[in-house]
Amino acid sequence: MPRTLPEVPVHSAPARGILELEGGESFPGTFFGGVHACHGEVVFNTGMVGYVESLTDPSYRGQILTLTYPLIGNYGVASFAPTSSCFQSDGIQVRALIVSSYTETHSHRDGELSLGDWLRAEGIVGLAGVDTRELTRLLRNRGTMLGRIRITDARPGLVDDAGVARHAITAAACEHRSAIPDPNATHLVAEVSTRDVRYDPHPAAEDEDPARNTACLPGPHIVVVDCGCKRSILRELRERGCRLTIVPHDHDLCAIPCDGMLLSNGPGDPVLCEATVRQVAARLAEVERLDVDDRPPLAGICLGNQLLARAAGARTYKLPYGHRGQNQPVRRIGSQRCYITSQNHGYAVDGDSLPEGWEVWYENLNDGTVEGIRHSRLPFFAVQFHPEGAPGPLDARDFFDAFLSAARRAQQRRQSTGAGAAGAAAGSAAGSEALREAARP
Amino acid sequence: MSDAMPRKVLLLGSGGLRIGQAGEFDYSGSQALKALRAEGVATVLVNPNIATVQTSAGMADRLYLHPVDAETVARVIAAEGPDGLLLGFGGQTALNVGMELADQGVLARFGVRVLGTPIEAIKDTEDRQRFVARLAEIDVATARSRACATLTEAADAADEIGYPVMLRSAYSLGGQGSGVAHDRPELERIARRALAQAPQILIEEYLGGWKEVEYEVVRDAHDNCIAVCNMENLDPMGIHTGESIVVAPSQTLSNADYHMLREVALRTIRHLGIVGECNIQYALDPHSAEYRVIEVNARLSRSSALASKATGYPLAAVAAHLALGRSLASLPNAVTGCTVAFFEPALDYVVVKVPRWDLERFRGISTRIGSEMMSVGEVMAIGRSFEEALQKALRMISTGMHGLVLNRLHFDDLRTELAEPTHRRVFAVGEAFAQGMTVDAVHELTRIDRWFLHRMAEIVETMRALTAGGRPTGSGTVQPESASRGSHSERSAAPAPVPDAALLRRAKELGFSDFQIGKATGIAMERIREIRQAAGIVPVIKQIDTLAAEYPAVTNYLYMTYGGSASDVEARAGAVMVLGGGPYRIGSSVEFDWCCVHAVEAARRAGYLTVMVNCNPETVSTDYDICDRLYFDELTLERALDIYEFENPEGVIVSMGGQVPNTLAPRLDRCGARILGTSAHNIDRAEDRNKFSSLLDELEIDQPAWCEARSIEEARTFAAQAGYPVMIRPSYVLSGAAMAVVYDAASLGAYLTRATDVNPATPVVVSKFIENAKEIEFDGVAREGEILLYAIGEHVENAGVHSGDATVVIPPQRMYVETARRVKQAARRIAGALEITGPFNIQFIAQENRLKVIECNLRASRTFPFASKVLKHDFIELATRAILGEPTERIEGTSLDLDRVGVKAAQFSFARLKGADPTMGVAMASTGEVGCLGLEMEEALLSALRAVGLRLGEKTALVSTGPPATKAAFLPVVLKLQRMGYRFFATSGTARFLRSNGIAAETLRWPLEGKTPNCTDYIRDGRIGLVINIPKSNEEEELSNDYLIRRLAIDHHVPLLTNLRLTERLVEALENTDFDDLPVREWSEV
Repeated sequence: MPRTLPEVPVHSAPARGILELEGGESFPGTFFGGVHACHGEVVFNTGMVGYVESLTDPSYRGQILTLTYPLIGNYGVASFAPTSSCFQSDGIQVRALIVSSYTETHSHRDGELSLGDWLRAEGIVGLAGVDTRELTRLLRNRGTMLGRIRITDARPGLVDDAGVARHAITAAACEHRSAIPDPNATHLVAEVSTRDVRYDPHPAAEDEDPARNTACLPGPHIVVVDCGCKRSILRELRERGCRLTIVPHDHDLCAIPCDGMLLSNGPGDPVLCEATVRQVAARLAEVERLDVDDRPPLAGICLGNQLLARAAGARTYKLPYGHRGQNQPVRRIGSQRCYITSQNHGYAVDGDSLPEGWEVWYENLNDGTVEGIRHSRLPFFAVQFHPEGAPGPLDARDFFDAFLSAARRAQQRRQSTGAGAAGAAAGSAAGSEALREAARP
Repeated sequence: MSDAMPRKVLLLGSGGLRIGQAGEFDYSGSQALKALRAEGVATVLVNPNIATVQTSAGMADRLYLHPVDAETVARVIAAEGPDGLLLGFGGQTALNVGMELADQGVLARFGVRVLGTPIEAIKDTEDRQRFVARLAEIDVATARSRACATLTEAADAADEIGYPVMLRSAYSLGGQGSGVAHDRPELERIARRALAQAPQILIEEYLGGWKEVEYEVVRDAHDNCIAVCNMENLDPMGIHTGESIVVAPSQTLSNADYHMLREVALRTIRHLGIVGECNIQYALDPHSAEYRVIEVNARLSRSSALASKATGYPLAAVAAHLALGRSLASLPNAVTGCTVAFFEPALDYVVVKVPRWDLERFRGISTRIGSEMMSVGEVMAIGRSFEEALQKALRMISTGMHGLVLNRLHFDDLRTELAEPTHRRVFAVGEAFAQGMTVDAVHELTRIDRWFLHRMAEIVETMRALTAGGRPTGSGTVQPESASRGSHSERSAAPAPVPDAALLRRAKELGFSDFQIGKATGIAMERIREIRQAAGIVPVIKQIDTLAAEYPAVTNYLYMTYGGSASDVEARAGAVMVLGGGPYRIGSSVEFDWCCVHAVEAARRAGYLTVMVNCNPETVSTDYDICDRLYFDELTLERALDIYEFENPEGVIVSMGGQVPNTLAPRLDRCGARILGTSAHNIDRAEDRNKFSSLLDELEIDQPAWCEARSIEEARTFAAQAGYPVMIRPSYVLSGAAMAVVYDAASLGAYLTRATDVNPATPVVVSKFIENAKEIEFDGVAREGEILLYAIGEHVENAGVHSGDATVVIPPQRMYVETARRVKQAARRIAGALEITGPFNIQFIAQENRLKVIECNLRASRTFPFASKVLKHDFIELATRAILGEPTERIEGTSLDLDRVGVKAAQFSFARLKGADPTMGVAMASTGEVGCLGLEMEEALLSALRAVGLRLGEKTALVSTGPPATKAAFLPVVLKLQRMGYRFFATSGTARFLRSNGIAAETLRWPLEGKTPNCTDYIRDGRIGLVINIPKSNEEEELSNDYLIRRLAIDHHVPLLTNLRLTERLVEALENTDFDDLPVREWSEV
């Protein structure tokens, strides 16, 4: 992540720009980050804090993010560190940020630089002065739309600075609003997924065999399928003593030695993740074939929930304007237990399409959409929301505890039987009932 | 919840409004009563605050206008047999009474179950040691602290923790008895006072300069929790949250900070077992992630009322449902109509709360603000930027300020003002930037977070740009808005340069009013309005919808802002607009909210759409279910016109919200708004002293001699002619601000030099002050000049005590029939002459049957709810119907012929106002009132005095006879007390007088004499059960000893009587009625 600021011409007044929607509406504003044209899917998030977390969340890949809270930039941006709790990836993932009022003069003990400086350093457009409530109402009423941002300032020197090369395609492609390319038509997951298998903690140089590495550390071994995984998910697992193997989205998921597998969050339409869905389906079949006591859990978060559903044979669909915020209420089906959750998704699982053996686990209290699914017998379960928060509440963090307790049983079983080097790890006498108990904190 | 739904629930109110416990509990109690009704549960309410909406007919099934104390409530429980009790809706008063009843075993004996948060959890939050221990169990950090019961313990604790230390008293409301001690003498001084009021105090580590953050959290019986709102104080730790400017949501917290504190809040509320609503206050170190939980309020609070209005989430209603065992997910979100109550509101605007102080009214008071609450009310402003919301709020507080800048203020020592905050500090910050101080420099002095300071500096920058672009204003002296009309024509004679549209828009986005822009550019505000409207710079209307537009909302809750390009709503034809009363303050309080609510309800019943405008988060009129459209916005001419022009209503009702809308009426009328009811022309005829005086002359109605003096000389000449004493007041007076009675030429001169500062644009009115006269209130409703309904009220105190402080009796008990008839006749003539349609109030004084009019207001008065509830006729409903032209009937002769007596008594907050002289005079000093009904005057009087806190303990009285003239009258009082078993203490003169009349009296030395036995020690040591101290005159120097005695009485919670008439009536009543055995009577049955 670049920390030095590019030389940007200093203007007496910020450059003027405009957001144009495919529906024909436009919202003038002023630039406060990178100054160049760009395009993407326009979405809104209703969280009042957490812009750093959101901007770096790979699930926003390809999107122009609108924040409904009007004052953004108040606490600046902390200096980048992979261990810092706010950065969810190595850089900003959105194509542009749209706010009502941008605050350059930030104030926070961790605030190293202003949001505008960060956006500029990363070459990401920021547009301020937009009536974000009106924009949100529009998206809510008509559904998420494609949009583009153009420079409208006629002053000389205002060329696309940082973005000329990166987004050269934009100007030409968006000659007509109807021609704004839909980022969801591209395989965004492939853009954000890791290219190589990574180990966490990284094995010592002289001990690069992951199987041996796995054997010599005490915690359960979890395979994370990285479809654009937020760092906070890895942090939750790490805090619980897990050893992680992070694999690319299209990695072969069969015959991986592990005590549990987690399908991460990620951007875009799950329909495009055919390779991953195939792998997951194979994995499900493989685990099901194991002895009832030997089955390691397979869980999913957000896109992971959709991928699990598709692997099981269910359908997914696009929500009119998605769920993006930190105040989404969900209830565990068949209980009074409710959670306030952090969410960021544009697609959802069609609960009616779940095949035999699968059930809706959580539902959204506002619109009744599926917020989680699980298998009635097997240790397969997933949530649509983000139990790791970041941004947002951590109220549903017991999801990880449930996952871990199932994984630990699998680990114990594997260690006591000596199984697991080649095939899937065995579990204890957990079974689906125990898992369900675990999932019911 | 396994327990069955209760059948009948008793709800405790909070009594008279006082500092630290005000209108927010009318809002919470009213919502709770409605929620219980919706659940089909019968309700019983105990609350003596007769001016509240919750004590209106139809709110509770059974209403007791009685004191909220354990003895009285126990009687009500015995009489009503409720099976459930709600303690969370009546402030600290209700909570304390509930704990007392539980400890006494009353609740167990009568089978009354405390609903919602259990008593044990309440005690965990109230008893400091338990609190710290309970939170330590879940690793939640609290300030290092020690509970102490004695001075020595306190000193030891302070040594251990290290100075400076914070002192707090347990079981207190609004931080009473708290303070920062930097050394041992200071510690002892504060501790002594605090220990006089509470058995236990706390010595804590001092967290000055830390951020202060609050969360409002809700939990249901199924363990589901939500954090409805968080708020950040602009003023850092060290200033009570009730004294702070508060912003919602927090502005300087990162995601990690926000959610760490939120998680601690949820963990805490779960561990304590709260069911319902609670408030948790934090100190947060600006330099690390360290935090301390300061306190948890296991009840609805001022902050929860604010949070409720700030988010649109009906906290009190939800808390009531939860207390009945409902789950959050089973309750609908009333704002969206399509989602549920289990969610956390997402705001897409900024809310700023600013307290309203009235400290200038009090002589001898320190205006420093700190860890004790002294503010009497608050306003809430909503904007799309902090700057906009802040400037709106600073106008809303109605102290003549125009925003952060361009006010007529002067600071002698700006640095001191910044470092040692008074109620004017926020303006000092603006001034500091205007004088070129840097953000860092101001931060060093104030510890206010730089984020807020940068925003305020931005406002000042914009002011500079406006000034540079327009014409300099020259003198820099700003005239009040009301006086600016005169200079309009001169200014517009020479065309001023017009600020460019971008700058104008920027200024409006930052909350500048047209007046401020006009002032900065030298262009009249009317012209600014024209210019910006022509440039298309107009505010848009946004909804408060709890979900930041994520779901369509059915909400009626609106605000205006320049931070947007489109409105959420469209105008609807046929609405009636009602202007509210703004912040609660001395002289304008919950009674006007009651009037507004009743007016809106009456209009709705008559089939009108209603539009309410108000800016006070403590009110019921701003509740989500009161009107068809609520504009939570400014009550200024500019904003009222903005709303009027957008909504284009049938007309505006200005007679319900007190003096603020009444004053706007003529100007609204001039701008083309249609004023409903009495015409603006006639309102002006009553408000303008000259016009009103001529009218009275025409009608042959007498008035005290007066003159409008433009100089001290003029005033002196008049006073010499008319004879002293004379009363002085500015025109357009509001409840005695800057009013005074002077007894000679010297004090007249001295007073005028001080008081003309109040409003130099208007001359001072000097009138003959008539001593020993009776004061009479006439509240009426008229239609086209014909009176439809009226009530006559009689003051217990003689004229000279402001009607807001006076004890008022309806119907009059000691008034000549002749006087009553003359009052009626005079009122009829005035109503006819002014063609009154709507509510009005006339104040008379009577001396030997000779009647003089001293004031006339063509609007609802403070006593309207009292009169309505005593007469059991809704004056406001009738007035509203008259105003709207709906059919009305004349209600005959109910005023004097009643089987019951109502007594209204003033609720003072002197204990909160350190140093204030606790006397009654022409300037109002009380913060609230109660009204009790009885079959006899004495019963009602004792109930009312009990309800405002009178407690009679030890039968020892320290007496001071007052001026020589009252000595004779004083003797019977003392004799009666003696018969009741009282022993007397007095200073030498009074003691001699008593002994010479055969009454034993022990002599005590004056406080300033320093010798023993001394009054000071006797009061402090609790050896005096009652202090009767009648002020001798208004001459300050003579007062010092008496003042000290009065102050000691207040500070040590000894009952204090300062008015001879009231003392006489009280003592008479005590002779015949047992103060500790007063009957309880349900409102409909008395």
